[in-house]
Amino acid sequence: MSGDLNTILPEIMLSVFAMAALLWGVYTGKDRTAPAILWATVAVFLALAFWIGTSGPGTDRAFDGLFVDDAFSRFSKVVILLSAAAVLLMGEGYMAKRDILRFEYPILVALSVVGMMVMVSAGNLLTLYMGLELQSLSLYVIAALRRDSVKSTEAGLKYFVLGALSSGLLLYGMALTYGYSGTTDFEGIVVAAGSDGLSVGLLLGLAFIFTGLAFKVSAVPFHMWTPDVYEGAPTPITAFFATAPKMAAMALFARVAHDAFGGATAEWGQIVAFMSVASMFLGAIAAIGQRNIKRLMAYSSIAHMGFALMGLAAGTALGVEAMLIYMAIYVTMNIGTFAFILSMERDGKPVTDIASLNMYAKREPGKALAMLILMFSLAGVPPLLGFFGKFAVLQAAVAADMIWLAVAGVIASVIGAFYYLRIIYFMYFGEEGEPLDPVRSPVLWAFLMGSAAVMVLGIGNLFGVEGLATAAAETLVR
Amino acid sequence: MDNLISILIFLPLIGAAILGFFLRGDEPAARRNAKWLALIATSATFLFSIALIGGFDPNDTGFQFVEEREWIFGLTYKVGVDGISVLFVMLTTFLMPITIAACWNVEHRVKEYMIAFLVLESLMIGVFVALDLVLFYLFFEAGLIPMFLIIGIWGGKARIYAAFKFFLYTFLGSVLMLVAMITMYIDAGTTDIPALLNHRFGSETFSLMGFQIVGGLQTLLWLAFFASFAVKMPMWPVHTWLPDAHVQAPTAGSVVLAAILLKMGGYGFLRFSLPMFPVASDLLAPLVLWLSAIAIVYTSLVALAQSDMKKLIAYSSVAHMGYVTMGIFAANQQGIDGAIFQMISHGFISGALFLCVGVIYDRMHTREIDAYGGLVNRMPAYAAIFMLFTMANVGLPGTSGFVGEFLTLMGVFQVNTWVALVATAGVILSASYALWLYRRVVFGDLIKESLKSITDMGGRERAIFAPLVVMTLLLGVYPSLVTDIIGPSVGALIEGYQTALADFDATLRVAQN
Repeated sequence: MSGDLNTILPEIMLSVFAMAALLWGVYTGKDRTAPAILWATVAVFLALAFWIGTSGPGTDRAFDGLFVDDAFSRFSKVVILLSAAAVLLMGEGYMAKRDILRFEYPILVALSVVGMMVMVSAGNLLTLYMGLELQSLSLYVIAALRRDSVKSTEAGLKYFVLGALSSGLLLYGMALTYGYSGTTDFEGIVVAAGSDGLSVGLLLGLAFIFTGLAFKVSAVPFHMWTPDVYEGAPTPITAFFATAPKMAAMALFARVAHDAFGGATAEWGQIVAFMSVASMFLGAIAAIGQRNIKRLMAYSSIAHMGFALMGLAAGTALGVEAMLIYMAIYVTMNIGTFAFILSMERDGKPVTDIASLNMYAKREPGKALAMLILMFSLAGVPPLLGFFGKFAVLQAAVAADMIWLAVAGVIASVIGAFYYLRIIYFMYFGEEGEPLDPVRSPVLWAFLMGSAAVMVLGIGNLFGVEGLATAAAETLVR
Repeated sequence: MDNLISILIFLPLIGAAILGFFLRGDEPAARRNAKWLALIATSATFLFSIALIGGFDPNDTGFQFVEEREWIFGLTYKVGVDGISVLFVMLTTFLMPITIAACWNVEHRVKEYMIAFLVLESLMIGVFVALDLVLFYLFFEAGLIPMFLIIGIWGGKARIYAAFKFFLYTFLGSVLMLVAMITMYIDAGTTDIPALLNHRFGSETFSLMGFQIVGGLQTLLWLAFFASFAVKMPMWPVHTWLPDAHVQAPTAGSVVLAAILLKMGGYGFLRFSLPMFPVASDLLAPLVLWLSAIAIVYTSLVALAQSDMKKLIAYSSVAHMGYVTMGIFAANQQGIDGAIFQMISHGFISGALFLCVGVIYDRMHTREIDAYGGLVNRMPAYAAIFMLFTMANVGLPGTSGFVGEFLTLMGVFQVNTWVALVATAGVILSASYALWLYRRVVFGDLIKESLKSITDMGGRERAIFAPLVVMTLLLGVYPSLVTDIIGPSVGALIEGYQTALADFDATLRVAQN
């Protein structure tokens, strides 16, 4: 028992921290304590990331397999913790300036991160659901953090209603799976699913579970909430939505697909491949008409999820490895891009119209160059790191004999390149217009530049991220 | 020097980094410094490349100066040159200092302009020396970024449209190649180009979605590569991005585009399509030959109708690239020798022609042919130089243009007489549009008021043209300078091609019996 508790010690510590911070915040200065809580949360995230990242290899199964701690979950957790810390840091100035830096914000982020950590370590349908709901409920509240703003509350409500629907579908699928396999344990389901095809009941269960998960990763056709929520939520929260929860949901997707339904790759491969193609094309085409950079990034994230799903659709260890690398690179790019979006303001008010970037390069050549690198990297143009993420998933798809999927992917990436280029067009070739405020924020500057630097320098050396992803994928796909 | 090629790749990049990080300000002195630094970096690269050609042994048909290092994702950084690629490297390093000198008058965001060109040089050299599929793709595609910016920021009025069209057109062409490359990697288990050259890709006919794919995997891979190289080249009918890009690009951008970037397509055919997919190449050669013949005649006719000088030269480039693709897919010694020769020579000639347009554009700020006339009266030196390159463009014996056209026509005559016949008509057409352009711009009376005060070329401009004049004439009277270097490697390429085809025929015969 104490060994079991040891395995989930990081999650316990984070939960205890969140509750202690909540008490402290409530009983002392309320929102005046927010910066302190925020910094403490960041410190805890970083400490946990370091701890989990350096903890030894091997697989631990706690509570009779309810909770799994393996290389895969550690990789995902480190990415989740680091990106959550980065987003909290980036958003502080923005939220303080607009008076929405409530002390609940970092605490809710911490709780949702606990949920994500449980999700990626789930070894049982119940753990999965618990983690997912903890994450989702925290996110619903954060989306509506700006109570006096109609758009923000609308975003929160929309997210909640659709999220509740997807949770319902997920539960229904779990019930079916339990009914037809007699267990909620992933290891038991794999045995029940067997190698000679799924029974109809299990197939339905699988379909419903995947539907629920597709909502969380915002894959087409369950993506409808994404643009509205991205647009409505305050920008730092949008940045959070675009990074850590996406990583967690993709990791959970891979975990369920391989741990619980590892024998039925052929069945779910088709579903995932369809969602992948649909997401890539919808994300690429729908973003063309967007003028609002937050909505644009929402469609961009849909397209990117399509690419990550391509790795999953391959149904191989190579595919999972590619997906993990893709997500790590995607998260890094998004942090940089949102650091830039956070600094877009005019007369102290946030601006999201891409046309406001007119001739930005002339006034801020350094930041414009970093943004240019990030945009080309998001578009997947070599030699930037974004290309290598695409390369990895395409390679996995071709190796799994899904050449049609790879061809569809590259065509979608060309269509998608258009809107990234358009941002560059506004920054570099546009007409002189009303300028944005010169925002001098060292934190945002550091994240933007750091993210762009990784996109360039990463092609020389990734400091072993590929190796970690390989190890992670191998523990998941046996 | 063991890592000479890496020095060539990274030297311009280092120059760009120094410019980017250490040069501040936008006052005239800073602009001048930026130009000088770029000139020094490109010239130094050229000097190092002389060491490359000096140490190159033409009789060794393998790869030389090879470097190999571990890289991310289990890929390798492997570079080297052989007889086919070494001259393209030389062409690039030779033309870049000239290009930089040609944009001496630019005063708008000079530092960024120089950085873009230096980065572009690194990437172009990288394309020609890469010996790893992924590395090749990386350099091949990355070149789009600086070129997109060069057209988009420093281009003409409709630059936005041209920049987007250029980027998306070529990007779409190459992503299919990426999928093909990954397929090759899965099939052969390596991305090493020398190893892939010895790998036989499957050529058994199979059926895909109800279609019989003759030539099997090779045909599919060939088509994917063709999509990329044909757009880059550009071949008819996917050439339409080129006139737009050329017209809108600044002079130096046009020079690099015509003289070097277009050659990547031809180089790709020689490095990948022909030796790696011989069966498919043989099968589809008639298609390429006829497309080339159409390109030569059709684009020459289109060139006749142009009123914009740059557009006219752009169409003439498409026509001349038609000779290149024709020569390559004739797949004999004369054809391929001629194709490479034509590419090198076109690099000098088209570069010089765009510079000629640049000279008068700098003075009059128009590229309309009708705005000129009688320039010979005020600009005798210009008239003489323009005359030389017009003649070289036509393919007059004694200039390098003749050798390439003659060799490719000779090569293709042995393979397909009808194509050769049609293509020869292009020689006459090229004479008509080029000479007509020359007559309208240079000859006649100087009656236009605006031209009365036009000045002849200055010292800098003459110095830019001098090396191009020397090379055009030198290669025209002494073509062995090129053919001696490329000959053995081309010979080896053709030998491997013929062996592969003979083996394929043998297996076919066994299968039939």
